[in-house]
Amino acid sequence: MSFQFTEEQIKRYSRHIILPEVGGKGQQKLLNAKVLVIGAGGLGSPSLYYLAAAGVGTLGIVDFDVVDFSNLQRQILHSTERVGMPKVESAKKTIEALNPDVKVITYNEKIHKNNVMDIIKEYDVVLDGSDNFPTRFLVNDACYFLNKPLVSAAILRFEGQLTTFDYRNKENSPCYRCLFPEPPPPGLVPSCQEAGLLGVVGGIMGTLQANEALKLILEIGEPLVGKLLVFDALHTEFNIVKLRKDKKCPLCGEKPTIKELIEYEQACDVRF
Amino acid sequence: MENIQVNRELDLKGEVCPFTFVKSKLILEQMQPGEILKVILDYQPSVENVPKSMREEGQEVIEVKQTGENLWEVIIRKVK
Repeated sequence: MSFQFTEEQIKRYSRHIILPEVGGKGQQKLLNAKVLVIGAGGLGSPSLYYLAAAGVGTLGIVDFDVVDFSNLQRQILHSTERVGMPKVESAKKTIEALNPDVKVITYNEKIHKNNVMDIIKEYDVVLDGSDNFPTRFLVNDACYFLNKPLVSAAILRFEGQLTTFDYRNKENSPCYRCLFPEPPPPGLVPSCQEAGLLGVVGGIMGTLQANEALKLILEIGEPLVGKLLVFDALHTEFNIVKLRKDKKCPLCGEKPTIKELIEYEQACDVRF
Repeated sequence: MENIQVNRELDLKGEVCPFTFVKSKLILEQMQPGEILKVILDYQPSVENVPKSMREEGQEVIEVKQTGENLWEVIIRKVK
């Protein structure tokens, strides 16, 4: 691989280049990489910010919401003066101010059955930081059908969860539906708005998502496949639960019943 | 030592740590195993640090010599 960095890039990425596992070769991989982040909120803010700082060359951001005061307790891409601005626009401004090497592509729209494949197909890695089950299932199924690695994180109250589904290697990776075959009934799982959330939990889990994405791009270390990392902020504990591929999984099992995208109903239309 | 054929020469006069190593590494990464890089330095701490970091990365440092007042050459063979 050949590469030609500017003086500014050599300085900017010097701490990466010094690492034997990264080097100029790895930095060039990052600059060539395309990562899609679903949701520019509590998880997407830190993941996007670190991916941009790392020099991931193309960042796609999907979010249809606008910045609200209630977001600012954790969504560090946004700011007080940007309340009312579309989140994707605010995210783009922050990222471009940090690193002009990054091309930001914004999707100021809801993810649905008819746009999800077109959006995801352009990217190398997908990070799900969405706040609702219909989106999570749709993004999961689309990544599965398109063979894209999916780094999934979720946060609520003082707890965070993280796992990576590597759909480039389906034989050895469980899928989201092995864990949750279908969305829970409406009202069973509280939303952030109902249950609250310590802002920093998003920072921790979103940063771990970015770490997974960087490892996948650089092809170093071991991705968190087949393992669910559970973080407990109150006791500062990380636990890993093994995830197994479910033979009866409706998506990736021996007799799959799901062969096309399914759009579930959103339980309630509150904005988080 | 006189017969070593240098494939690339990198003049890093005016550069300081860690950029002396970073720039040497970037060039070396794009060379073939077995090829020789000569790095010219005028920043004394780099005369220790560049060879040290190169060895840590598994490269072979063939020679470090002072060639003038505040002027040094480091000869490195790319191993991997």
